[in-house]
Amino acid sequence: MKRFFWGVWLLLTIGIAAYYGYMMLYGEDKTPLLIGETTYGHYQIEMSCSTCHTDAFGGPEVLQNACTQCHAEELELANDSHPKSKFTDPRNADLLEIIDARYCVSCHTEHHKDKTLEMGLTLPKDYCFHCHQEIIEERESHKDLAFDSCASAGCHNYHDNRALYEGFLVRHADEPIFKAIALIPERTGEKRYIEKQAKKKIEVKPLALADANFSSFSGELPKDVVHEWMASAHGKNSIQCIDCHADSKSADAEWIVKPDHNQCRSCHQPQVKGFLEGKHGMRLADTVADPLTAITPAESELEFKHESLGIAHSCVACHSSHEFDTKTAAVESCLGCHNDEHSLAYLESPHFSLWEKEQQGELPKNSGVSCATCHMPREKMDKAGTKVIVNHNQNATLRPNEKMIRPVCMSCHGLAFAIDALADEELIKNNFKGKPSIHIKSIDMAIEREKK
Amino acid sequence: MKSVASKKLASKKVVKKALAVVSITSATLLIASCGGGDKAVGIEPQVHTDALFAVMKADRTNYTKLIIQRLGPKGAGAITPKEEWKDLENGAPLPAQMFRAGAEAVRDLNDTFTYSLQSLWPINKQNAPKSPMEKEGLTFIKDNPGENFYGTEELGGVNYYTAVYPDVAVAAPCVDCHNEHKDTPKTDFKLGDVMGGVVIRVPL
Repeated sequence: MKRFFWGVWLLLTIGIAAYYGYMMLYGEDKTPLLIGETTYGHYQIEMSCSTCHTDAFGGPEVLQNACTQCHAEELELANDSHPKSKFTDPRNADLLEIIDARYCVSCHTEHHKDKTLEMGLTLPKDYCFHCHQEIIEERESHKDLAFDSCASAGCHNYHDNRALYEGFLVRHADEPIFKAIALIPERTGEKRYIEKQAKKKIEVKPLALADANFSSFSGELPKDVVHEWMASAHGKNSIQCIDCHADSKSADAEWIVKPDHNQCRSCHQPQVKGFLEGKHGMRLADTVADPLTAITPAESELEFKHESLGIAHSCVACHSSHEFDTKTAAVESCLGCHNDEHSLAYLESPHFSLWEKEQQGELPKNSGVSCATCHMPREKMDKAGTKVIVNHNQNATLRPNEKMIRPVCMSCHGLAFAIDALADEELIKNNFKGKPSIHIKSIDMAIEREKK
Repeated sequence: MKSVASKKLASKKVVKKALAVVSITSATLLIASCGGGDKAVGIEPQVHTDALFAVMKADRTNYTKLIIQRLGPKGAGAITPKEEWKDLENGAPLPAQMFRAGAEAVRDLNDTFTYSLQSLWPINKQNAPKSPMEKEGLTFIKDNPGENFYGTEELGGVNYYTAVYPDVAVAAPCVDCHNEHKDTPKTDFKLGDVMGGVVIRVPL
């Protein structure tokens, strides 16, 4: 009898171990292995465990490398106020025993969605006090502020204080609500491409059907495709069919029926890089260890239009192929999927009316505000604006929303107005129809100290 | 029963053997150590930290005089040394910031020592002394001008040799900026004053 039960137990143990072992090493669907729901930041790549867990053994450094491989660049650009190097001096050893600020996961622990706050924070919001106890004596103005109100809208941010540091607040304290010249930077891609080709003595001109090179294509050519291409920026600038539909110009190169971001990347590296860094394309990023399919609206917890639920994201999902109309991509494409309060309110907003007027020629070029203006801003790569790149990482200016102030809001608005507007949650929901009903005292406090 | 004579002979043989062994061994050692030449020996921690401080001081003084004074607002006006230099056109780090940047960079390159700039009258309160030894050291160099402070302490389970060197106001911009800064707790620094200390730590 005993032998029988031993046998059953052994079989069960081997069976369960084999099942999970196989799943961990070879399995396609690793869902049962997830120890807890992943946060909004990472849920898209939760099925690729080895993107973050690169090594079964290795301690905190392994996970730290996983964080930095995707997030280090952004923190560097943000002039991170609390980089690891701030904490490595041994004089901080006793503080680090409670909160080890050298490692991302000390404050941003994954797989604990139930205790995850905004920005992926898994610490109580008064963590700042652990190191900054001197504030009580040093800042009279902060006497009555709550201990968990430090990292709040318009005041302080743990990592990115580019729009919030004192010197910046003071320098831009007196700006009006609307600037005298309220324009976003002019796009420069086409112009720079023509100049670059001219340097190589390559002629750039609008192409017609007779000029089209689709040598490796076999089958019937859809007529509307050719017309769309001819009218697009590609067709107008000597970009051939095989430039996208093949990986080389030779006649026997394989025809790619549906080019993806890898083909677009051959010319549009910064845009594809941004796309793969944001929520639209992170599943397809090179840093993801397993091949994942592009995200569809159905898999996200945001609100989307019913007819868009099954559409996989890609370059052409917004920039419909062959037309590549950037105006459509700036508004219509977004609203084709996004169905939340803020998106729906856009069409009634003052920003949209500016956009409409610009399209109709009633306002100068670059004075309108589309979805893309704020969520995929045009960024000047140099002071003169000779090189302007559209940042395709829709997350770059999203959270915390103070990240939007410098590249976007301050093109048209003064700093004080921008801070107040972004702190007003109701105003954000109705897509900035009206004035901010909140006033954040950051600039006032900075000016007060300046006077002393 | 062995005879007395044979016992004496036997003990003589033992002595001879012992002498032979000793002389061969010492000869070998002598030859070996002669051939060995210079063998590296450890550096005294104090010599080590003094040397490190000399480099740090020289580099920062040179940066202040050759770059900031020469190219800054009082010189060519080509650079703007300011706290928020990263955000300014032609911005340049202040000497204290250049010093701290060095300290941070060193931690990525080398883990045999760390250093920091601290003060009893810091502008940024995070640079006030934290450990008891830091407080003791900074007080000592303030009360004993011209002298350095040396000691050992334990932090986070590791023993350190801690050296505190006086950070003296060598140029007028040092005292002017600190006296006028909105966050300074002390507004009467003079040239030649000890404004703070460089704390160098070597894990033992």
